[in-house]
Amino acid sequence: MAETVLRLNDVRRLFDVSAPWLARILSGTGPRTLKAVDGVSLEITRGETFALVGESGCGKSTVARLVVGLYEPSSGSIEIDGTDIALLRSRKAQAPIRRRVQMVFQDPYASLNPRWRVKDIIAEPIRTHRLIQGEAAIRARVDELLRQVSLTPTDGDKYPHAFSGGQRQRISIARALASEPEFLVLDEPTSALDVSVQAQILNLMKDLQRRLGLTYLFISHNLAVIYHVSDKVGVMYLGRLVEVAAKPDLFARPLHPYTRLLLDTVPDLAMTGRERLPVRGEVPNPIDPPTGCAFHPRCPLANDRCKSERPSLLAAGGNLVACHAVQEERLPEWGANTV
Amino acid sequence: MKPLLELRHIRIELPTRRGTLLAVDDVSFTIGEGEVLGVVGESGAGKSITAAAIIGLLEPPLRLTGGEILLEGARIDNLPPEAFRRIRGKQIGAIFQDPLTSLNPLYTIGRQLVETIRTHLPLTDKQAAARAIELLQEVGIPGASERFNAYPHQFSGGMRQRVVIALALAANPRLIVADEPTTALDVSTQAQIIGLLKRLCREHGTAVMLVTHDMGVIAETADRVAVMYAGRVAEIGPVRQVVKQPQHPYTVGLMGSIPSIGEDLERLPQIDGAMPRLGSTPRGCAFNPRCPKVMERCRVDRPDLLPAGATEAACWLHAPEVVHG
Repeated sequence: MAETVLRLNDVRRLFDVSAPWLARILSGTGPRTLKAVDGVSLEITRGETFALVGESGCGKSTVARLVVGLYEPSSGSIEIDGTDIALLRSRKAQAPIRRRVQMVFQDPYASLNPRWRVKDIIAEPIRTHRLIQGEAAIRARVDELLRQVSLTPTDGDKYPHAFSGGQRQRISIARALASEPEFLVLDEPTSALDVSVQAQILNLMKDLQRRLGLTYLFISHNLAVIYHVSDKVGVMYLGRLVEVAAKPDLFARPLHPYTRLLLDTVPDLAMTGRERLPVRGEVPNPIDPPTGCAFHPRCPLANDRCKSERPSLLAAGGNLVACHAVQEERLPEWGANTV
Repeated sequence: MKPLLELRHIRIELPTRRGTLLAVDDVSFTIGEGEVLGVVGESGAGKSITAAAIIGLLEPPLRLTGGEILLEGARIDNLPPEAFRRIRGKQIGAIFQDPLTSLNPLYTIGRQLVETIRTHLPLTDKQAAARAIELLQEVGIPGASERFNAYPHQFSGGMRQRVVIALALAANPRLIVADEPTTALDVSTQAQIIGLLKRLCREHGTAVMLVTHDMGVIAETADRVAVMYAGRVAEIGPVRQVVKQPQHPYTVGLMGSIPSIGEDLERLPQIDGAMPRLGSTPRGCAFNPRCPKVMERCRVDRPDLLPAGATEAACWLHAPEVVHG
């Protein structure tokens, strides 16, 4: 039986985006909140790669930050290995769990301290968590980590500016691995890289996963990358999961109209010359999302129910889908030029 | 067919304290009337610098030190800045990556459009405003006459990029240079903008030089594609051939490393190493340290573009004596 490493139960994260107090009084407007993540539940089992896909502003990076503890949920709970993190009150009590969940950020130019040598960047988690005692032993571990990501021990004495984007992302990965985690949150780890470098990093991540038995939460907007790395996929739209499915099911039989829209917009490298349906509209402002199903203004299948009643994530086929049209069996077959 | 734009042996240098670096080294290509030429390459390959040279916006200390750029047979690379200003916008439109920084935040989009139109076309304010609204409708901005008086910050990213395209089209240029026009946009918006560019160019017969690192965008949009590597063109040819039967080992590696939906691979084929930095380009072919098919000659002689199948590739594998011998 596969064991659940991470569980999110109805997690919400709200941000206060109100105007300053005086401006609110003068203009007579109330406080405003942005529901960045609005009731997300998901489970990730050991050894798998769960991918979250969506466009900017859909809340996927907020989910990543919630999981590693950079944000606290406004409501709902996050369990790691069955332990609800919110129940561990102090940072000290949380540390043993936090150590097991690490993150790789999107921008390798912003996520490494330019004034630190690479060996110190990588050694920081080892020192913080007191995993290894003695400078010589720490240095040996850093060298091993550098080799693990295909860099050389001499690279440890350099500063981040001496490295290219792909090499910096390797350093980020080495730092994430330094605390011997079981779970890595990868937030768009290759989006800032060129394709040939992206291939190197994706291969490295797959090798490390196999070798170290890691579990990944992989966040990306690139469906082709997700197809390559993931086992299970969650599609997010305006702070909510609209579809969750095993990779083969999601790509072969996408159910939610938004998933279909995303798949239909992938530039076609095979050049089949297929004509696509024109995409309608853009992602609405998340501060003021549409009523009912947030996708209804762009959805070709929307009816009155979709405008007023928010669909919940329900099983359909092998997938979980939040769509009235799917539940009412109004959904056309997926294929050329359907939805 | 007479080329609309012709680059002949372009050379762009970057002087530094430690000597002069060669950012673009002997690049030649043409763009025909109404043709979409895609230019791909990794960051630092020289594609954006080449585009900047064409629109006369090379940022100092970068400078054009060799070669010629011809627009409809007339040289434009040696024009004084004032004369170039009349060409830029009138005959060559430009679209940049970030639509927010290409628009002036202090003026309404209507005013920016009218200014651009009146700079290049002999129209009154009223006529120019009418043309501006027409353009906004053409690029698919709903409620164009109401949005005419809106400021850039009131538009979403995709809508801003539409405004920028409207600006580029304002004087009906023959050529549009688009540098990463969809990179800052979401995928569903990207598809809309690509569709829009394709439609407009077809309808107006405008040629486009489309610079991007996204091979998918090129495959969908371009007629021909130039692949750049370390400041040179590695391969150039019809898009279908370059994508499906690439001839240069770099293009082969590049195509192989792109993941695609429906293709189940445990590992992506990868090109080891990285593109050389400016100033440390190896002797001979710049790709030779990473090339799986490297020969003795590649480490010594630098190949120029040679006919290779349906494309041209700068690779000694396609030298006549190798092909026939």
